[in-house]
Amino acid sequence: MTLVTQNTKPVSVNPLKSSQPLGAAFAYLGIEGSVPLFHGSQGCTSFALVLFVRHFKETIPLQTTAMDEVQTVLGGAENLEEAILNLKSRTKAKFIGVATTALVETRGEDIVGEVASIRQRRAQDLEGTTIAVAQTPDFDGAIEEGWRKAVSATLDVLAEPRGSQAVIPNRINILAASHMTVADVELLRDTVAAFGLEATILPDISGALDGTVPERWVPTTYGGTPVEAIRAMPRAACTIAIGEHMREPGRRLAKLGGMPLVVFDTLTGLKSVDRLMTLLAEISGRPVPAGIRRRRNQLTDAMLDGHFHFGGKRIAIAAEPDLLFALSGFFAGLGAEVVAAVTTTGHSAILERVSAPTVTVGDLGDLEDLARAVGVDLVVTHAHGRQAAERLGVPLMRVGFPIFDRLGSQHKRTILYEGTRDLIFEVANIFQAQLHTPTPEDLDPFLRREREEHHDRSPPAAH
Amino acid sequence: MALQQKIADVFNEPACEKNQAKSEKERKKGCSKPLTPGAAAGGCAFDGAKIALQPVTDVAHLVHGPLACEGNSWDNRGAASSGGDLWRTSFTTDLTELDIVMGQGEKKLYRAIKDIVARYAPPAVFVYQTCVTALIGDDIDAVCKHASEKLGTPVVPVNAPGFAGSKNLGNKLAGEALIDHVIGTHEPDDAGPTDINVLGEFNLSGEFWQVKPLFERLGIRIRASVPGDARYQDIAGAHTARANMMVCSTALINLARKIEERWGIPYFEGSFYGISDTSDALRQTARLLVARGAPVDLTERTEALIAEEEAIAWARLEPYRARLEGKRVLLNTGGVKSWSVVSALQEIGMEIVGTSTKKSTIEDKERIIALIKDASHMFDSMAPRDLYAMLASGKADIMLSGGRTQFIALKAKTAWLDINQERHHPYAGYDGMVEMVRQIDRALSNPVWAAVREPAPWDAAGELHAKSAPSLAQSDVETDRGFARTRKRFATTGVDEMGEC
Ligand code: SF4
Repeated sequence: MTLVTQNTKPVSVNPLKSSQPLGAAFAYLGIEGSVPLFHGSQGCTSFALVLFVRHFKETIPLQTTAMDEVQTVLGGAENLEEAILNLKSRTKAKFIGVATTALVETRGEDIVGEVASIRQRRAQDLEGTTIAVAQTPDFDGAIEEGWRKAVSATLDVLAEPRGSQAVIPNRINILAASHMTVADVELLRDTVAAFGLEATILPDISGALDGTVPERWVPTTYGGTPVEAIRAMPRAACTIAIGEHMREPGRRLAKLGGMPLVVFDTLTGLKSVDRLMTLLAEISGRPVPAGIRRRRNQLTDAMLDGHFHFGGKRIAIAAEPDLLFALSGFFAGLGAEVVAAVTTTGHSAILERVSAPTVTVGDLGDLEDLARAVGVDLVVTHAHGRQAAERLGVPLMRVGFPIFDRLGSQHKRTILYEGTRDLIFEVANIFQAQLHTPTPEDLDPFLRREREEHHDRSPPAAH
Repeated sequence: MALQQKIADVFNEPACEKNQAKSEKERKKGCSKPLTPGAAAGGCAFDGAKIALQPVTDVAHLVHGPLACEGNSWDNRGAASSGGDLWRTSFTTDLTELDIVMGQGEKKLYRAIKDIVARYAPPAVFVYQTCVTALIGDDIDAVCKHASEKLGTPVVPVNAPGFAGSKNLGNKLAGEALIDHVIGTHEPDDAGPTDINVLGEFNLSGEFWQVKPLFERLGIRIRASVPGDARYQDIAGAHTARANMMVCSTALINLARKIEERWGIPYFEGSFYGISDTSDALRQTARLLVARGAPVDLTERTEALIAEEEAIAWARLEPYRARLEGKRVLLNTGGVKSWSVVSALQEIGMEIVGTSTKKSTIEDKERIIALIKDASHMFDSMAPRDLYAMLASGKADIMLSGGRTQFIALKAKTAWLDINQERHHPYAGYDGMVEMVRQIDRALSNPVWAAVREPAPWDAAGELHAKSAPSLAQSDVETDRGFARTRKRFATTGVDEMGEC
């Protein structure tokens, strides 16, 4: 079991986290015709918006209830109502996803109650628009938690118990993890379709954040899971939740539909993908399609070719719990060693199973300190890790959110056979690009010894 | 002064041109327009304060609040530093629910300051207030005062919580913090008759380095550039300069005026964007310095330098005239002072089809009208939908704007040039104007515009257009002869011969 420790610094140095409301907005962006709405002061929204735009290089619909100082003190119910009505009339949104911020949560307003009353009082004005509300104060959690709460909130307002409606046998639900890319979602959908099954994926960021250009200006998301499809989710044959953080909404959904829930910790790595394919073959009653079998062979071949570049490498990773778990398993599975692992929250059960000696709940400052102390060959985290990697003099592999200084991060595949294969190549290529011709100093036995002592690189313990 | 008073004071800014035109009552109401919930955009006062001060490179900038304020916004601007990079390291108290409920905010703040001073030994720590910590009543002024005394390092409170107002208000409150706590706290031993400060210059992409040598050529020393590439000590000694130049007219105007009030340093407002503005800035600097006792030949030397530099710049712009003549520009920015850029672009034959005057002063607007001769081409700000419609219908060849509207232009398949905080090219001074034109030319002449505007050869249902699609008959289709030959060649090749495996 991996030891999870909390950093004890009084100050956060170079944050790893993006805020919880941002995570919620992220999930709401995966619903069709939606506008996420932050309940708080306008600055928070502006920051989140800029960060989304920098990552996706897309216009992003995101609005604010624009609370000022006086309204904050008096309570924001009126702002909330006005914002919802304005959004409805201005954007004709089919879905408005409210995410609260620290400001209104500090005051402890009953936002859920307020939204319920707005829905009731303004039923006519809001006809055809669903309003979900997730309580996501910034002083708690990060993207995963916000994402999870938004998905749960969405299911709460849209999905009802299946009752006597018939199960649709070839339909399955997939609750996507917050770290899945646009390409991951597309790949997963196609893979499921190859078994003759139809997947309702929630949230589905592939429609709206994939860089396609609509012919006209759309003030809401223009793709994503349709509201009607979410309503129908309880009728599916099975629910698959990806990542520990999707377990809770998965349970909700499974209960509503009286269907089995299968949780996948990750879909990266040969074993977990094999498990998914087995499940899909079982549900569909069909053999695994030839194309997928081929992909598997490609992956095993990539593992054979790639492992030379992983063996003995020392890796530092900072990511949210489920992504950290997936990546640490990926690196360890190819012979590398995760020697520094930092994450955003200590609450996730998955942390105990991360392939690293310890997991520190902290920031990029901690990652940098840890990496410097033990010596690493590669830093793996989001784009904000660039300063740390530069100071450490090692390459940075960009994963998660935000990635604002590289193009195409949303089109990178990171799951299933293809994604795992691509990841192997990416890492191997990073290392190959670092090719270093040996110098006498490198190989001098005395200098070497000094360096190793400094970095505490002791020989591996005997098994 | 309490925050409320400070804000009222800042709103009452007599040096603000917009304010001068207002009645007493209007002025008291302040510059902030009420926001419409569900239809608001723009940053908060904290954002503005942080923008205004963060480029001070050797200071530790500590944000007091829950994560979002700093966590979602750090390392997001393109200011450049010739010194250390402490300013790019992000510090926040990242308050948890427990800290807030237990009222531990102030204690945590003090410990954070102490930790930073111990680990990084910066010349000063700037502490930024945010909404939640203001709401729960954390007194950052008191904590900073206590910490300064205890730790022997200046700790400067920047009291501009987000909900107090706009980014612009935050800029001004940042200026107040410098006046109250920094400027005048250090006496440099080398003060001279040709020292100046440049206020409101952010050194984006290093652009101040495009103009600093011009001053140095004239023997003028930049005592402090605030905030771009600034050092704490330089700002602390800024009161010894002989003149101030105010760069971005509305951002730090209160700073310039208060420095004048307290230390008698005269200032002028100017810009380094555009050729005539750059010349004007040099001219005005020389004028103020000579009036305060600098050698009189400075005037003459300045004119000589201007004449020389302008001639070079125009000569370098000339080749672009043929390429850019008649091209239509939409200027959608409040940041770069529009009119001077407008005049330079017109000078090389470009047509201005619209310019945003959101942050322009009345005087700026008059100049712009005089230049573009059509007030209807001026707009305060445009809704995304309208902007998209305008660009999609081909009313402009290129838009110059900040990152916020970048993707509107790109979705409308229109060329776009970044002229805001995140841009990668320096546009100041004579060289900067040439650079901007070069970048405009590069953007416009890129072949992608023609390629992406060409529709796909099929309709919405994927049916090929009868006419437009190149038919197979017209294409160069290889006959199977070549194919057969290739196959034959490989037929006899064994695995071992295929490569070194
Ligand atoms: S509005 Fe307030 S809480 Fe939001 S980012 Fe600005 S200072 Fe922080």
